[in-house]
Amino acid sequence: MKRDLSIETRSLRRLFKGVPGAGDVVALDSVDLSVEEGEIFGLLGPNGAGKTTLIKILATLLLPTSGEAYVKGLEVVKNAPKIRRLINLVSGGETPGYGILSVKENLWFFSQLYGLSRDGARDRIKQLTDQLGLDTYVDSRMSKLSTGFKQRLNLARGFINNPAVLFLDEPTLGLDVLSAKQLRTFIRSWMADGTKTVLLTTHYMAEADEMCNRVGIIDRGKVLACDTPQRLKMKLASRPSWKIEITPNIQDLDSVRTIQGIVGLSETSNIETGASTLKLVLEDESVMSSLLSKISQNGSKVLAMSKSEPTLEDVYISLVGRGLQ
Amino acid sequence: MSLPTIGFRDELLSNLKAAYARMWVRIKGGNREATHFIAEVFLPVLTIGAYVILYRSLGLPSTLGSAVILGGAMIAFWMNVLWNMSAQWYWEKEMGNLEMYMVAPVSRMAILFGMSLGGMINTSIRALGILILGVYVFQVPFQLHDIFTASFIFLLTVVALYSLGMVFASLYMLYGREVWHTNQLLMEPVFFLSGSYFPSIYISAIPFWVQLAATAIPMTVGLDAIRRIAIYGGDISTVWLHIVALIAFILVLFPLARKALNFMESLGKKEGRLTLRWQ
Repeated sequence: MKRDLSIETRSLRRLFKGVPGAGDVVALDSVDLSVEEGEIFGLLGPNGAGKTTLIKILATLLLPTSGEAYVKGLEVVKNAPKIRRLINLVSGGETPGYGILSVKENLWFFSQLYGLSRDGARDRIKQLTDQLGLDTYVDSRMSKLSTGFKQRLNLARGFINNPAVLFLDEPTLGLDVLSAKQLRTFIRSWMADGTKTVLLTTHYMAEADEMCNRVGIIDRGKVLACDTPQRLKMKLASRPSWKIEITPNIQDLDSVRTIQGIVGLSETSNIETGASTLKLVLEDESVMSSLLSKISQNGSKVLAMSKSEPTLEDVYISLVGRGLQ
Repeated sequence: MSLPTIGFRDELLSNLKAAYARMWVRIKGGNREATHFIAEVFLPVLTIGAYVILYRSLGLPSTLGSAVILGGAMIAFWMNVLWNMSAQWYWEKEMGNLEMYMVAPVSRMAILFGMSLGGMINTSIRALGILILGVYVFQVPFQLHDIFTASFIFLLTVVALYSLGMVFASLYMLYGREVWHTNQLLMEPVFFLSGSYFPSIYISAIPFWVQLAATAIPMTVGLDAIRRIAIYGGDISTVWLHIVALIAFILVLFPLARKALNFMESLGKKEGRLTLRWQ
């Protein structure tokens, strides 16, 4: 059965004024996207790809330059006040609220922006503070909280009105591994009734892989691919993915990228060991000899190499041409 | 897909809740730190004291001291309007709160209204503190016979001032650091033009065009009226023109704030500057 669309964009375009003489910056370029009710949809892309711009348009904070965007069937420009009743937005790294107020007081304040009754607000605050591990801090001033707990408070704020559509812009930014896991569990349980929708942007591939029903990969304002993580990985099955550990790292990575047959490449460095890990997606394995000789020309030594099953990160690398790091 | 509809009554209730909550935050936040409160009452008395002592040492009438104390109390409102009302969207933006307000399903005017009410209550407590402390320390005379008119004018003045604050808040919405400079520019000239530290701007020593310009500031009109009643024993017949002027200020400024807010919000969304920091 086809479900209702919670989010839909058609040829959505957004330009920003660039520096004088450089022309406009294209933040979103003809973005067509559909997110069904009950889905967790992940948007993956490097900084400046257009993820936050898209979320801001859908959250009625920004007007599109052209095209259309709908939330729960309501057009974002004409129906902004109606849409605001159905949504909430959590931007990771932000800590909205008032430092002089306690966690409970801040949450009560946010609840009043959504018209919750006194009892409704009290119950919701209790539920959220318990579920997000804030129960021991309810009477602590926000200014006294650690970054991670401030972020939890920000998340609790996002759920305060039990929104039909929740926009999560890098929500686990600043959270430790355990807190991030708790949050993912909480979101899944919150979505269990199938009526809620989440649009999530993240830099963490494993998070997107674990949580999202579908992901869209966006770069330079264009959606390059959009499917379930499994299908995206399957599409890459014919292209081998390799992990090569080298030392020292390669200074001119672009010279490696230009080798015929390399679809995408990312490098992560380990400061402690001085080694670098290259993640590569190849057209086929015939390119390996040229690649290894390039590494050798660079004066680097291969410490280890392994072929791996394609991950979402490999999909990302193959589409964008580089990694997120 | 059926979506819940919301009636006028529910919408009004929702906005009133938001306004009350924002007022509550301001009152709670403003009074939680005792040192903050004490500083805001005691420090202005030092400035006022300098003028009272100067006028006394020159052998001038003691009513000048009364005028300065009233002026000092009213300045607290102007400071609050500038820094905690006009610049408030800027502070909210810096704290990451503006985005939260803009996504919430309440009127931005309800938020501004709540801020105004909270600011009025907080500053009234401080202004009263300044007044009581000033009168107690400097023993200046008052001739207040018509307390009803004095209270009415005070209320009109404060509402007009905060309506002006709401206009400024809207215009400042897209501001970055310019807020600081603009507020500095508006602070001292208004101290002078409103005649806060001297008996009145409406004296022959001050050119007519300066008096005219000063009349465009609600505080000048309100302060002059309050002084006429509280110091010189006037009644409603001596200040009716002031009352008309203050009502006119409110009738113009409040709708103007609404229009300015809508305009600036639309402009911010169009240009992408609404929630952009450190522009």
